[in-house]
Amino acid sequence: MENLPRALRQPFFLKVTTGIFLGFWCLLAVFPIFWIAVMSFKVPVEAFSSNPLAVIFGPQTRATGKGLSLLDLIAGIAMLVLAVRMAMHWLPNAVRRHAPVSQAWLGWIFGVALFGAGVAVVFLEWLPGLLGVLNPALGPLGVPLIGLTPEHYIAVWVENEFYRNFINSLIVTTGVVTISLSVGTLAGYGLARSHTSLAFWILIIALIFRALPHSVLVAGYLPVFIHSAEILRPFLGDAAPTLYGQPWAVIAVLVSINQPFTIWMLRSFFQNIPSELDEAARVDGCNHFQAFRLVIIPVMWPGVITTGLFSFLLAYNDFLVTSLLLDAQNQTMVPAISGYFNRETTTTDQVEAVAAAVSITAPLFVLVLFFQKQIISGLVQGAVKG
Amino acid sequence: MKFKTFALFVGPSVFLMFLFIAAPLFSVFWQSFHLTKPVFETVEVETCTPGFTGQTCVVEKKTRPVFDAQGKPKTETTFVGLQSYRNLIEPDRAFPAMVDGDWTKLLTIDFWKALRFTLTFTFITLPLVIAVGFAIALAVNNTLRALRGPVIFLSLLPFIITPVIGALAIRWLFIGDGIMTALLEWWLERDIALFAQGWTIELLMLFYRVWHAAPFAFVVLYAGLQTVNQDALESAIIDGANRWERLRYIVIPHLMPLLIFISLIHLMDTYRVFEEVVGFSSQAHVISLQWLTYDFLTPDDSGSRSIGRASASAMLTMIGIAIILVPLLRRTWRDHKEG
Repeated sequence: MENLPRALRQPFFLKVTTGIFLGFWCLLAVFPIFWIAVMSFKVPVEAFSSNPLAVIFGPQTRATGKGLSLLDLIAGIAMLVLAVRMAMHWLPNAVRRHAPVSQAWLGWIFGVALFGAGVAVVFLEWLPGLLGVLNPALGPLGVPLIGLTPEHYIAVWVENEFYRNFINSLIVTTGVVTISLSVGTLAGYGLARSHTSLAFWILIIALIFRALPHSVLVAGYLPVFIHSAEILRPFLGDAAPTLYGQPWAVIAVLVSINQPFTIWMLRSFFQNIPSELDEAARVDGCNHFQAFRLVIIPVMWPGVITTGLFSFLLAYNDFLVTSLLLDAQNQTMVPAISGYFNRETTTTDQVEAVAAAVSITAPLFVLVLFFQKQIISGLVQGAVKG
Repeated sequence: MKFKTFALFVGPSVFLMFLFIAAPLFSVFWQSFHLTKPVFETVEVETCTPGFTGQTCVVEKKTRPVFDAQGKPKTETTFVGLQSYRNLIEPDRAFPAMVDGDWTKLLTIDFWKALRFTLTFTFITLPLVIAVGFAIALAVNNTLRALRGPVIFLSLLPFIITPVIGALAIRWLFIGDGIMTALLEWWLERDIALFAQGWTIELLMLFYRVWHAAPFAFVVLYAGLQTVNQDALESAIIDGANRWERLRYIVIPHLMPLLIFISLIHLMDTYRVFEEVVGFSSQAHVISLQWLTYDFLTPDDSGSRSIGRASASAMLTMIGIAIILVPLLRRTWRDHKEG
């Protein structure tokens, strides 16, 4: 700041306004999400209380004997900080040490799964066990301070079997991300290296397709999917499937809806990889596919990961397609939540809906935490090149 | 690259897009002119009841559905022309209302109600999102380096959150005597019921959309601000330009392509406003075009879906987005020809 020219330095007034504005924006950005997280741990009477202090401290929840003491808070926050630090520093190192470079992604999947399981064990088993012994022993430090009850989460995940929806979401998102990336990478590379007007027209048509509201497309699928067994019988015989309600049909639909965006984004990433690289490989006697496999695949991962994140978001956040094309037992998490807030018979139902909503948001929060750089690079990439 | 290699690379993607994007468009087009309904037949049924002197017999005509060999109700599809469109836009009621300028009457028809909301929503949020995003980008660019990372992290949260859940999160702050409603009541010193009338719900929806979409504009514009030519800025200072003039004559022209990009994406995304209606459960007061199609597609109480009307509304939705995007696409085409 010191060596800036005088004229570029900011007057005090501007600095203060900037600071206040940014503070206000951050509060606005986080508050609704933070608040539903707080609400989800309270007994129903308190969760929708008009007094914010009652929602935060939860005296009635505390009165039921469930709450966090000062000691719990300190221990919990300390463990949380430790877990985040470990995830940021120890985990990448461990993956680098144990996994061979060529299979780093496998190492990452394995490492993250193991780490997640470890964190779950520590937070759900060890910490409550340890604190259950320590709290009564410590007198005033161990008295519950903030009311907190996990009952809604238990109701949602165990009694209402939300884990089924979670598994369905997992199947759909995994399918969408892998297929959309495999198909999209090939197309993106082809489009980045071709300068014909055919390539240009494919991109423009893809852009127009991107603008189509999804309901338009679903209106086209729905009758066909419901009657697909009859329509396909002449070709497939009795093996003809009814596509309605099938997760893999939804995967195919979401992959295709996402294709325009995927190929645009991957194309701009491939354009950043100098074409001299694959031309050199071709001079050495590779054909296009060998050049792609040997030269491009090893250097394309940053772009692919970023695009994969956006594919994941599309599949994970989708409400319209999944709610119309999947039947009740194959429902993913986001449409399943509408079952809660449409009932709205009791406040308990509503707080359970809040708990389900927080459960859906938590993985996204972790995603931003780890992939912030990639998400930003994806947003910027589309803008600068697109 | 030879055509054959190009085709092999691009083929799978183009095939998927053809099968699941282009083909459904044709089927929607076809469906919007056809109507599928169960076949009914009229039969004469003689019902006899025992009476005092003999049987009393009544011959009645009854209509009943026809079943096929598998025991499913038979359906037939007929060409109905513009019938579905007519059911949707109700020209008999809509056009006189338009001629009279009677908006309240016009807006009792679902399609016009949805169209009105979708368009106002799209065009009101556009400047708001750009203004808020630009303000955050400028503020972050002017603030301490150490603060930038955390601010960007927090700003990404509203962008990345599942739209339905984001809308719900804001709704839960206001619902019943929620804390925000309580705050507003205390401030305005009057009773407030935010979900009892259309315009307050619309305000909340606007707020939600700006909250959700501004981070995208912010990140893109912030990246753009990093590439502003510093020499040009310094020469402007030497020429005596103040802060506002530098912004007006150097920064904004530099960001123009990005602003157009953001507008394009925003128009596409906001025109398909849908999740807000679900999240705020506003269908009694406010509906959008995409929600209208969705509603026709969900089975009603008797389990049937009005595919014809859904297709007609989908076609009209599509025509709308085409009209909105034509100017922007023409510009892209011109740029391509020049470049």
